[in-house]
Amino acid sequence: MRESSNLRAGVRAGLPFVLPTIALGISFGVLARPVMGPVAPIVMSICVFSGAAQFAALSVLVAGGGAVAAIAAGMLMNARWLPMGFAVGPSLPGRAFARALQGQAIVDASFVISSRGDGTFDRGLLLGATLPQGASWVTGTVIGVVAGPVLGDPQQLGLDAVFVAFYLALVVEEASRSRLAIASAVGGAAIALALMPFAPPGVPIIVASLAALLGLRRA
Amino acid sequence: MTTVWIVVGALFLGTATMKAVGPVAFGGRSLSGRSAAVVGLVAPAILGALVVYETFSAGGAGLQLDARIVGLAGAGLALVLRLPLIAVVLVAALATGLARAI
Repeated sequence: MRESSNLRAGVRAGLPFVLPTIALGISFGVLARPVMGPVAPIVMSICVFSGAAQFAALSVLVAGGGAVAAIAAGMLMNARWLPMGFAVGPSLPGRAFARALQGQAIVDASFVISSRGDGTFDRGLLLGATLPQGASWVTGTVIGVVAGPVLGDPQQLGLDAVFVAFYLALVVEEASRSRLAIASAVGGAAIALALMPFAPPGVPIIVASLAALLGLRRA
Repeated sequence: MTTVWIVVGALFLGTATMKAVGPVAFGGRSLSGRSAAVVGLVAPAILGALVVYETFSAGGAGLQLDARIVGLAGAGLALVLRLPLIAVVLVAALATGLARAI
């Protein structure tokens, strides 16, 4: 196993994500408050810390759906942590419980930052980069909950496009590593686009991870 | 309100479990060339899908075409110009907000 960077390097690598994540947190807080009250959105951002899953569950609650439907929507968006966890797992040392704890640091940005592109992950970057992002997510949620009534409709501000831009920036960074990475990104996007018209939310994203099988061609 | 707290609790436990499974099952091993190559491509594959999902998601199953496409184009332009991440995000939000206002 290659040597990993220290936590401080990870925190530094995570800093560019602070402001965008605050923006995402604000839009979650603004949208969540009318449905979930002032406290639950903040508790959720602290404990769950999974933006796409929280938005998915919230959209069910906003539409008047029940707990089971909201949990299902959130968990489908969460299902991508399975293949991502399988990817990161081999790079995490220690006993099973210690590894499970370190796995909690897997979020989209830290996953990309820590990926060395050869199938291994830099543990220091993974753990470090998540710290400022987690703090930003919670801070943004608090701002959104408190300032929501003043800010107005997040859609009018275009805040729902923040996720689009966020993921586009991440995928461009990843795809710049190799031609196969570009092919996987395009393949994953194509699979998602093909499945979205009829598959429930989240499913297209898990199935899209199959585009990574392009890696079998190299070896 | 009970519904809300049930959702928060379930997603807390569910998310933590999902993130723990891979590290517990595959911890500390070294991967062969083939599996390492596949693992290295998981991120671009999933992120490519997330871009499409966040741009066209209609809430449930289905595709929805709206101002988010303008945001996607704006973000793409900002990335081509090598602007920092916060600028990329702001351009996307501004472009989307403007497109909705027009």
